[in-house]
Amino acid sequence: MPDLYEMSASQLAEILRDKKASAVEVTRSVLARIESVEEKVRAYITVTPDLALEMAADADRMLAAGEAQPLTGIPIAVKDNMCVRGFKTTCGSRILHNYVPPYDATVVQRIKNQGMVIVGKANMDEFAMGSSTETSWWGPTHNPWDFNMIAGGSSGGSVAAVAASEAVVALGSDTGGSIRLPAAFCGVTGIKPTYGAVSRYGLVAYASSLDQIGPIARDATDIALMLNLLCGHDPLDSTSVPREYPDFTTFMNKSIRGMTLGMPREFFGKLENHDVVRVMEEARKVLEDLGVTFVDLSLPHLDYGIAAYYIIAPSEASSNLARYDGVKYGHRAEKYDGMIDMYCRTRAEGFGPEVKRRIMLGTYALSSGYYDAYYLKAAKVRTLITEDFKRAFSRCDAIFCPTGPTPAFAIGEKIDDPIQMYLTDVFTIPVNMAGLPGMSLPGGFSDQGLPVGFQLIAPHFEEGRLVQLASEFQNHTDYHLKRPPL
Amino acid sequence: MEYEPVIGLEIHAQLLTESKAFCGCSTRFGAEPNMNTCPVCQGMPGVLPVLNRKALEYTVKMALACHCTINELSRFARKNYYYPDLPKNYQISQYELPVAEHGWIEIDTADGRKRIGITRIHMEEDAGKLIHDDTKPVSYVDLNRTGVPLIEIVSEPDIRSPEEAAAYLRSLRAILVYLEICDGNMEEGSFRCDANVSVRPAGTQELGVKTELKNMNSFRYVQRALQYEIDRQIEVLNGGGRIVQETRLFDPSTGMTASMRSKEMAHDYRYFPDPDLLPLRVDPQLVERMRATLPELPDQKKDRFIRELGIPPYDAGVLTASRELSLYFEETVRLCPNPKAVSNWIMTELMRQIKGEDAGLSSCLVTPSQLAELLCLVEDGTVSGKIAKTVFDEMCESGKDAPSIIKERGLVQVSDRDALLAVIKDILEQNPREVSKYLEGKTKLLGFFVGQVMKATKGKANPSLVNEILQAELAAWRPRSG
Repeated sequence: MPDLYEMSASQLAEILRDKKASAVEVTRSVLARIESVEEKVRAYITVTPDLALEMAADADRMLAAGEAQPLTGIPIAVKDNMCVRGFKTTCGSRILHNYVPPYDATVVQRIKNQGMVIVGKANMDEFAMGSSTETSWWGPTHNPWDFNMIAGGSSGGSVAAVAASEAVVALGSDTGGSIRLPAAFCGVTGIKPTYGAVSRYGLVAYASSLDQIGPIARDATDIALMLNLLCGHDPLDSTSVPREYPDFTTFMNKSIRGMTLGMPREFFGKLENHDVVRVMEEARKVLEDLGVTFVDLSLPHLDYGIAAYYIIAPSEASSNLARYDGVKYGHRAEKYDGMIDMYCRTRAEGFGPEVKRRIMLGTYALSSGYYDAYYLKAAKVRTLITEDFKRAFSRCDAIFCPTGPTPAFAIGEKIDDPIQMYLTDVFTIPVNMAGLPGMSLPGGFSDQGLPVGFQLIAPHFEEGRLVQLASEFQNHTDYHLKRPPL
Repeated sequence: MEYEPVIGLEIHAQLLTESKAFCGCSTRFGAEPNMNTCPVCQGMPGVLPVLNRKALEYTVKMALACHCTINELSRFARKNYYYPDLPKNYQISQYELPVAEHGWIEIDTADGRKRIGITRIHMEEDAGKLIHDDTKPVSYVDLNRTGVPLIEIVSEPDIRSPEEAAAYLRSLRAILVYLEICDGNMEEGSFRCDANVSVRPAGTQELGVKTELKNMNSFRYVQRALQYEIDRQIEVLNGGGRIVQETRLFDPSTGMTASMRSKEMAHDYRYFPDPDLLPLRVDPQLVERMRATLPELPDQKKDRFIRELGIPPYDAGVLTASRELSLYFEETVRLCPNPKAVSNWIMTELMRQIKGEDAGLSSCLVTPSQLAELLCLVEDGTVSGKIAKTVFDEMCESGKDAPSIIKERGLVQVSDRDALLAVIKDILEQNPREVSKYLEGKTKLLGFFVGQVMKATKGKANPSLVNEILQAELAAWRPRSG
């Protein structure tokens, strides 16, 4: 039997159910793993061993009382932009370096209700602004497959924790690719659900109309279990959609024969990296062998996705981040002369350069006289992109495309070149713009042995279809079972 | 040159909901600082707003009362500016698509009724309060008021004088109070007024450059500030100067307005649709449900008082300006069906007692049924109107009812013909000189005799009976021989 920390949630659930191990033992195993590899990976901002062991003991009581639910006792990492009452939630920022929320995010409440075990708060790009987890005030997370490489971002800590077996599953958030891109770079499975499927209450906002919480896991089965936990209406989030969600595990191990996947020309035409090209071809072959048909199609407005995103997201961010002013909580400058100076110094000291850049971009775009030319135009582009997808889905069941344009790049390689960094999200951003569910799953490895993922995009609320495709793909491949040599 | 003022008012009215606009915190006034707060209204990281449906219902009621078009689809927008009493550093408000537009209300002016247009009514959240330490350079933030629902009511520039502005404010406040959606208290800030003022040569149509006036927290201050500002603008123009577009603060201690910030320094609020709140769909069924719950509004009540109770328009206007007063009047009339007598009494005696304020009315010890009882005693001649005033004053002081005061103090009117005749004969005997003069034609002296009778009866004599007997006795007067 492998070590407990290496197992998937569904495997551990069976072990816990059969009393072959206790939740406390599973948790200790994961905490020990963190102890041994965290120094090299840096997946966490805060590890919470006391909380974890307490939650594990509660889980054991639930298991003993026969009240266990599918994920009771499973260790989980929570991205540091989701509030856990009584534990630091820093968003990877100095301005919230000491912030302890007085309330639980709705997703955290759901984790607690199910008896899951929170092992720590995962590292992230500051306020989720970045594609590499290098903008974190706490320093970058390292890719478990190669410590010189970035883990991807902004949910780099969550993803690296799962990849390095420092957590069994994790919560990430995805505004422009922040779950899918690092999942592709670190060889795990991650999904951004439909906008409105998972409550955002307690998720520290970056760009409210694009942010969405989603799970990161070792395989499609665990993703299905997590979706069952996360999806659902929340009266505390006005953008949460009141509807019934299916049991996502019913999509497991179901034939995908006869399904059609669309390949957007605009995406494949841009592909230059030969590792990614090869992995896409290999993945397509696997899926074709399983009875899937591929069609070429066009999403003509995709080319404007990044431009429009970098108007809308910073605009919302400039307003969302206004509350960090040193008045109520978080960092406050030590020396200042009057109120305005206190604001200025606090924010100058508290925010890193990427956050400042986006606040300035957004402030400019919303300014009187520029609003129509920037924000309104970007909102129109967004509508056009959504319509493109809608048209595409009349011809296919889901869209098949790369997650990132390359495998993971080196730490420091793009951090001083924002435009190159922004272009990393070219395949993921349009999915957020349209509010669609998108999944990244392991598709193979680069010549240098780095994981390469591919992306599947489904119509609104068709997460089940993504689970079905991923499940069948993983039933016939073993990329998702590979572990980094730590 | 003759100038004509052009005034538009922006009113902020706090809605009387139990809980705040976007969270469940209490809106109760007067709690310890920051007790009525939660992560949402404290602007904690990660929180989200959820609209209070009651606040929407109240807004729809006001929109209907002001004859507005209600937009089936409206949007919340963020108004971005930094101030420590605004924890998110943006206010959830409405901008491009308000809940309601294109309405009007009517006001009474010296030239009759006049219609004032309502440009828009929108919903927003209130800010908190700063408390400044007098001893050191420190300020404290109280967020109890943060997130309390407000409606902003913007008028068209249809107002032409400070008096009209006051009339508009009074009408608008009366509507809010009648709807029971705002307590209309200007001093406590639950009803606030900003004004846009410009002047233009009389008879021209083009609008002059306007200034915005703030900090006028009473009806009187609004009128004074407007008058000052109109005079100031005319003086500037007459002196060959130009009006600068700016925001000016009224200083109640000097009665003057002073520049606060110029147009160049004006905030750029960077409005944009709030992504945390979906577009607001106002269900036509909700509108109809609200329409059905609308009470009789001040204008309707006034018309009914004139039509059905036959009281003069002026009286009807005074009585309906306050919902409390109108209810007091109606209840009194129900028990003493002489509307004109009740109206006279309320407009003179009661108004004197309560100093014309709603607050005075609610603490007034005399209930409508007690007042009705007193007025009935006047009607049936038990007490004279003059005595009734004394009785009423005592009722206001002690809360006792009229019959017991009249009984205790022996104030029942003397209507006994024989008793009065005896008193009158005595008085005529004692004043032969005046009697002779009267008989020689100085009939004005009748008042003198009435006065003497009243004095002798401590005011209790029935005045009409006294008149009647006096005239008869004088006509038949023969001095007692002797």
